[in-house]
Amino acid sequence: MKIIVAGVEKEVKDGITIAELIRQENVETPEYVTVSVNDEFAKSENFQTQTLSEGDRIEFLYFMGGGQ
Amino acid sequence: MAFTNEQLERYSRHIILKEIGVGGQKKLLNSKVLIIGAGGLGAPAAMYLAAAGVGTIGIADADEVDLSNLQRQIIHATDNLGQAKVLSAKETINRMNPDVTVNTYRTFVASDNIMELIGDYDFIIDGTDNFPAKFLINDACVMAKKPFSHAGIIRFKGQLMTYVPGEGPCYRCVFKNPPPKDAVPTCKQAGVVGAMGGVIGSLQAMEAIKYITGTGDLLTGYLLTYDALSMEFRKIRLPKDTSGCAVCGDNPSITELIDYEQAECSGV
Ligand SMILES: [Zn+2]
Repeated sequence: MKIIVAGVEKEVKDGITIAELIRQENVETPEYVTVSVNDEFAKSENFQTQTLSEGDRIEFLYFMGGGQ
Repeated sequence: MAFTNEQLERYSRHIILKEIGVGGQKKLLNSKVLIIGAGGLGAPAAMYLAAAGVGTIGIADADEVDLSNLQRQIIHATDNLGQAKVLSAKETINRMNPDVTVNTYRTFVASDNIMELIGDYDFIIDGTDNFPAKFLINDACVMAKKPFSHAGIIRFKGQLMTYVPGEGPCYRCVFKNPPPKDAVPTCKQAGVVGAMGGVIGSLQAMEAIKYITGTGDLLTGYLLTYDALSMEFRKIRLPKDTSGCAVCGDNPSITELIDYEQAECSGV
């Protein structure tokens, strides 16, 4: 199935979970990433079980602490 | 307040813009912006706001100018080494624009001083380098109903968002709690290109100018990310539902400011 990851269309296996997608996308500091699915926050405690559907839009939001 | 001839000339490129004009320039001259952190982000933000004629600029920073700062903190120069950053920044702003009153606060922000610091200002710019300060600024601005611009930079990447009370998610809506110390790389460990502060700090100044003059659409409800290596900007829509947020939600569990413990990222 096709989903949109960070604005880019990706082919992934049907019923992929958020945790699987995080691994597949080599997300940096995966323990601390915020995930939104179709403009709604996904709860981190559900990453292992929440599956994605055709056409879902996923964003990874990262901590960025620098500034000085 | 009438403009002097010198002011008409100095701000002529603003005044000619239909979105700013004489009215907008007056708003800028009457406005007060607080910049927390006179570093990579705060330096360009402060300089553009000073040049723009923001009438009162507050600068809060506890550090002194260090040689490793000068690669990006362009408000400070080689002959400011060892000087308090707030004083060095004030000197630069005074040379740039005599219309600007600069208030200096040589201090780290903490739960016991931030409400007083932000109280007098119309817009706050988060130019800090560490998560405890970023969460503190967010929570204080939510509680005091102050708009602010959040930003972060590292390596070749930067991002920012704007919070306006009642108009969308706050920083904590998105990021919940500070990550443990050293869990997420810092600038000092990871490095940052100096121009990244210029790009993102200037965008923060632009958000302040737009907020003050009531021009255009702010980055409320969005996170703007910039990747210099791929040369990509992305305006990511943030979830609208803020009801469950621990500080800005319907039943906030955080009602007092928190001093999280974490070493500075790259202040020196
Ligand atoms: Zn919130």
